Order: sequence, then structure tokens, then C-alpha cells
Amino acid sequence: MEAVLSKIRFRDPQIEMAHGAGGKASRRLVEGLFAPLLFGDSTEPLGDAAHLEVGGTRIAFTADSFVVKPLRFPGGSIGELAVNGTVNDLAVSGARAQALVVTYVLEAGLPSEILEAEVRAMAKAAACASVVIAGGDTKVVEHGKADSMYITTAGIGRPIPGINIAAASVRPGDKVLVSGPIGDHGITILLARGELELEAELCSDTRSVLPLVEAMARVAGPGIRWMRDPTRGGVATSLNELARDCGLGVMLWEDAVPVRDVVRGACELLGLDPLHIANEGQFVAVVAPEYAHAALQALHDWPGGSAAAIVGEMREEPSGTLLGVNGYGGVRAIDMLVGDPLPRIC
Amino acid sequence: MKFVDEFRDAAVITKAAEEIRRLAEPGRQYRFMEVCGGHTHAIYRFGLKDLLPPNIELVHGPGCPVCVLPMGRIDDGLSMARDPNVIFCAFGDMMRVPGAQGSPLEHKARGMDVRIVYSPADALNLARKNPDRHVMFFAIGFETTAPSTALVLMRAKAQGVSNFSVFSNHVTIIPAIRAILDSPDMRIDAFIGPGHVSTVIGCRPYEWIARNEGRPIVVTGFEPADILQSIVMLLQQIRAREAKVENQYKRVVPWEGNQAALRAMAEVFELRPYFEWRGMGFISQSALRIRDTFAQWDAEQRFETPGVRVTDPKAAQCGEVLKGVLRPTQCKLFGKECTPEKPVGALMVSSEGSCAAYYNYELRKQPVLTTIGAGISAQA
Amino acid sequence: MCLAIPAKVVELFPGERSRALVEVTGVRRHIDIGLLEDDPPVPGDWVLVHVGFAMSKISEDQALDQLRMLTMLGESEAAMEEVQGYGVET
Repeated sequence: MEAVLSKIRFRDPQIEMAHGAGGKASRRLVEGLFAPLLFGDSTEPLGDAAHLEVGGTRIAFTADSFVVKPLRFPGGSIGELAVNGTVNDLAVSGARAQALVVTYVLEAGLPSEILEAEVRAMAKAAACASVVIAGGDTKVVEHGKADSMYITTAGIGRPIPGINIAAASVRPGDKVLVSGPIGDHGITILLARGELELEAELCSDTRSVLPLVEAMARVAGPGIRWMRDPTRGGVATSLNELARDCGLGVMLWEDAVPVRDVVRGACELLGLDPLHIANEGQFVAVVAPEYAHAALQALHDWPGGSAAAIVGEMREEPSGTLLGVNGYGGVRAIDMLVGDPLPRIC
Repeated sequence: MKFVDEFRDAAVITKAAEEIRRLAEPGRQYRFMEVCGGHTHAIYRFGLKDLLPPNIELVHGPGCPVCVLPMGRIDDGLSMARDPNVIFCAFGDMMRVPGAQGSPLEHKARGMDVRIVYSPADALNLARKNPDRHVMFFAIGFETTAPSTALVLMRAKAQGVSNFSVFSNHVTIIPAIRAILDSPDMRIDAFIGPGHVSTVIGCRPYEWIARNEGRPIVVTGFEPADILQSIVMLLQQIRAREAKVENQYKRVVPWEGNQAALRAMAEVFELRPYFEWRGMGFISQSALRIRDTFAQWDAEQRFETPGVRVTDPKAAQCGEVLKGVLRPTQCKLFGKECTPEKPVGALMVSSEGSCAAYYNYELRKQPVLTTIGAGISAQA
Repeated sequence: MCLAIPAKVVELFPGERSRALVEVTGVRRHIDIGLLEDDPPVPGDWVLVHVGFAMSKISEDQALDQLRMLTMLGESEAAMEEVQGYGVET
């Protein structure tokens, strides 16, 4: 017991919003408190989903929670995020989702029609993603808690044949791919909150990325080393985690990263970096160089994959670091987020 | 993006970088200070240091309004919002700045009503929409931002919005530059001058720097091509043994400044006799307080504040780094006790403070730059 | 202090002299043009926006001029003399 206790490295006196933002503070919490106490002696890097052996069969297993304000936003709602987010966690771990269970924590006073709208959205998203919702639970808390509703899911699936994801298999020279334009979801949410008084034609990118992953796997399966869905904390956080987990460096060609003009404009106005903004319908992948172009072509040929791009490559040095290079050779280190992205004026 | 992309064009930038290498005399050391935190941020974000020859050193100046704000002022602001009826509003930049009992965000986590606004006008709107609450806007910034605060106060007065006040922590740029030049250790050859402050104050206020101190100063924009062009202009002045004020940012900065903005500032604000700058001590006539004619909207008059002076630990060498005497890495606390996540001193607190910028963007680059060229040409 | 973005004025409001709707690559915001009351912008003008206020009009001529100078860099030193200094000789 003492040996376990001594591994607890989480020293923050209280929980802050930053601990849920997907950046450094989140990592400190997970690695410093949850991992030593809950995850046993496993030295595997923490991934999006766990691949386990159950009764002789390999399954993939994941859980996720969804807390979003506002509940409905252009392009989707919390219900869709819940289904797609879970399917995507499994997809980027190299698994095809088969079933989800869902729990709702509902705030007393929530109008039933709002709940019904979310449940319908979930049913539709599940049908779209060919996944079964197998059961769930409901709790109701007092008015003033739960921001209308919180949704938690657990998802189970089967490994996609031919894919073997492991940070340890990543090699210098491997290419980094992104499945489409980044930053759409986070900026949509920021604008939908209405506090910054910005308007734009933009919607969340929430969708299941499983079809794209499978399309890529069909031609490049043996070459797919690692994948992640860059949700909170954005692409920069995911690539920092990659660099840390495999001990290599990531070189990102910033001009190659697809970003919609409207997202760029909003980020410039607010002083935000699209690389730190959440996505809900994209993935980043590391692919062996001999498979990279086939993988890219497969994505381009698939509906919804036309904006996919090769955006960087793995390097020996500097270890554990994400570097961004621009079109004229300027280089900057890109860290993971500390907390939530905050607009700035300076 | 118009007026942005053209000044980030790779061909234009490469040419400017070549011209800099041509103009910089080998064997001669150049130290140029960029005054504005925004320039510091741009230099790191665009990796501009990598394009300069090794004998040009960029020294980061004190133009970061968050960095120079003494911790006690944050405590004062937060104490005003102790009353649950008060809504504390500030720019995003302020949210993680630590006070003695935590930052505004940490206070929010403990139940204080803390909100981020993009504009002081949004804070006034919030007051209008919430007549039962009091909205207190924590105002920071140099002369770029002060006129906007001034206009908002004028509107609050004209419209009789009584549930609104401003806690003014506006500071002025010239005294900061004077403090740099007065510092005995400083060895700055020339200045990359403030860009957006100059849209308000114009270029005349810098003339004494050229005339009395013999230092070239170029008012500069914030895109990579602007900063590089400015360095070209500084090198040309030095080569010609000149020292004058030039305006590189002509597309935006009028030589005479913005008279309407200056009028608004003069109507609402007056200079404090002195104000403490974190890391730099007390500087006279360097900060703005709200005039008595607007006393009703002056948070310092409406609220009792502790007014406690909180000093940085002696080991923190912020002052010397601010004045360019030390590099961030030369401060004993840099990267150890003082990091962006747990900032001890002023310059680690804001993302454009020189220590934070260096830590976030530069520290881990190391000797990988020679392979960058290969990386770009290998790009698919 | 420093973050300011070029934005295009797309709409003015007859009843509210200080308000304008601006746009940057599809993002729209209402801003205050009170600081430009001496020479108010009209739709189509580009302004520099900082904390929701227009600070200055952007001169397309000056921008093109500057780009021209940048592209001419190194071609002729005399070209750089086009950059006027307004300061005092030392």
C-alpha cells in the first residue's frame, strides 16, 4: 500500500476547470492520482481505449463523459457528441464500436422536450454509426447542478483486423496525418456561448471517424502506428502526448495543417491557436512512410476525407517535443495546453 | 486574411532575412529591444529569431501590461468582487494571473462570479443586462487600450448606468522606455518600437529617444515581414550613423496619432503621481487614474481595498530581465521554481512575458535547426 | 495591448453613429467606431480592431507601398531611401 501511495504525484490542493481541459493539468490528475491508484502496475501509456482479453476474445473498451454548454450548437448537440465521441475513441484505438451503454445525470427542472431532443439525437447518431445502445442508467440531481444534463458512456468493440496501434512502434521518418480541418468544434462552442459576441458560419465537426479509419486501414493497415482523436486540448496536445509516449520528436509543417478561413479568423481575433482547439470529428494518425500516400489517397477518396493532409513527420530529436515549422523556416516549440484556451488582448 | 497574409508571405520574409544578413556587420554585436509584449509573442510564434544572424540579439522589453502589474493590485481587484453581488470582468489575459490567494480563475472555481470579456463595452453591456448586480471591469493595458476604457466610461456616464465601475490599471509606455534607458546596466542599441500604442500616441513621443539618447527607433507592425523590415531599417540607420524615429507601420499608424482617442483619454483619465511596476519599482507619471468627474464609476473610490503591497521573492530577477540586463535563462528561478504553470514572477505570468514566451516556444528547440531545411524539402 | 486585427466594415447603423459591423474571413462582430469619429469609416473600409474598438483606418496604398519596398529589398539600396525618417539628425 505504501508503495502505491508514494507514487501519487498529484499535489494540487483543489480541482480547477483546468483539470478537465485536456492539457497539462488534466494529465497531472490522471497520471498523478488515478493511474497509481486505479490502473495497477501497467506501464502502458494511457490511450483512448483499453484493449483487453475477455474469455479468450480481444475486445476494446472505453468510457467517456460529456459536459457541454450550450447543449445544442450549430452542427450538433450533446447527444451526438456522446455517441460519436465514444465511437471515435474506439476507432482511434483500432476498434470498431459495437455497443454503448449510456448514463444520464439530469438536472431537476430540465424540460422534457430538451431531454427528448437529445435522446433522439443519440438514437440517430447511433444508427448512423451502426452502433447499438444496449442500456444505461439515469440519475436526477437538484436544480442548479448538472448544467441541464451530463452524459456518460461506455463503449465496447472489436479490434479492426490488421491494425496494431502502439506508441512504441512509432519510428523516425513516420508521417503525421490529420483527417480534416481543425478547430471547427471548439470555436463553434465558443461562439455559441454568446459571451464574445462573434458570429460566423461555422458548425461543429462532430461525426464518427470510423469509416475513415477503416478506409485508411484497408490500404495502409500494417503501416498505421498510432492514432488519436484530438478533442480537448486540440492537435497540439495529442501530438505532445505522442512525443512523450514514444520518446521521439514531432515536426509539424504548420502551413500544411488544414484550417478553415473562418476558424483562422476567429482565432486571430481572439488570440487563440487552432492547434489547441477541440475537435470532435477528426483524428491524427502516424503512418509508416511507405504507406503514407496510400493512406492519404484512401482518405481523399472517402466522403468527408477530402481535406485530409500529411502535416508532419517523426524525428529522433528533440525527444518528447512537438515543433512547428513555418513556410520560411521559422521554428517554435508547441506545448500542450495548460488549461482552457483563453482569449487574449495582448 | 487581408493585410495579414501578405505580410506572412514566405518569399517576402526570406528576402528580408537575407537583407538583414547582408547589412549586419560581422564582428559587431547588435542588441535591439522590442518594447511591446505583442512583438515578443510574434517573434516567438513565427520563429523569427531563427532567421537572424547570431550577432543580432533581440532583448525583450517591459511592454506587457499583465507582467508589470503588481500582485497587490490583483488582490485589490479580487477583493472588490468578494461581495456576491459583484461580477468581476476582465480580459482573458488576466484570468490566470496569481494573486496572493490565487488567480481570478481559481477564485471562480471557489464560487466568485468571474467573467471573461473581449471588450470593455461588453462589460458595460453586462451591467445594463443585470441591473441588480454590480459589474466591475478590471482594466489593463497601455495607451492602446485606455481610450476604449475611456469611451466606455463616457458612455456609462452619459447613459446613467450606475451599476458599473472600472478598476484602472492602465499604464503608459514612455516612462517604461525611459526607465530602460536610465538603467545603468542596459546596453540597447536600438528599439523595435511599439506598434498599436502608436496608433493612439503617434510617433512624436519617441523623438527624445533618437535625439537625446541617440538610439534609432522604428515604429513596427506585428507580422513577420513588419518585424524583419523594421530590423532592416534599424541596421540601415546604424550603418549610416543615424538615430531617428521611423514609421514602418504606416498602413496603420498616423504620425500624429489618433486625436479622438487622445481626447477621450484626457477627458476620463489623469496621470497618477507614481505607480509601482512589478519588477521595475515605482515610476512617476506612468499610470492612469480615473478623474474625479467620473468618481462614481471609479472602482477605487467605490470599494474599500486592502491596498497591500505584495513583493516578489528576492530571488526573482524580473527587473533585470525586463530591462534586458539578464536573459530569462539567466534568472536563478527560471524553469525550476518559476514555470508558466507555477509562475513566481511577473514575466512568467503572461504568455507574452519574455520568460513565458521563452519557456513555451524556445526552450525545447535545441540543436535541431540544421535539419529543418531537409524537413521542408522532404515535405510531401 | 497589442492584439489588433484588420477587419472590413460591412454595415453601419444610421441610429447609432458609434456602431459598425465588421468582418474578418467570415467572422462578424459589432464594434465601436467612436475613436474614429473625426474621420468615420464607411462600408468597404478596413479598420484595425482592438478589444472591440476601431483604432485606425488601414491604408491600402501604404500597405501596397510597403510590400513593394519589401519585394525590392536588396535590389537597390537607393530604394530604401524612399522610407522617410521624420526624426532629427544627430
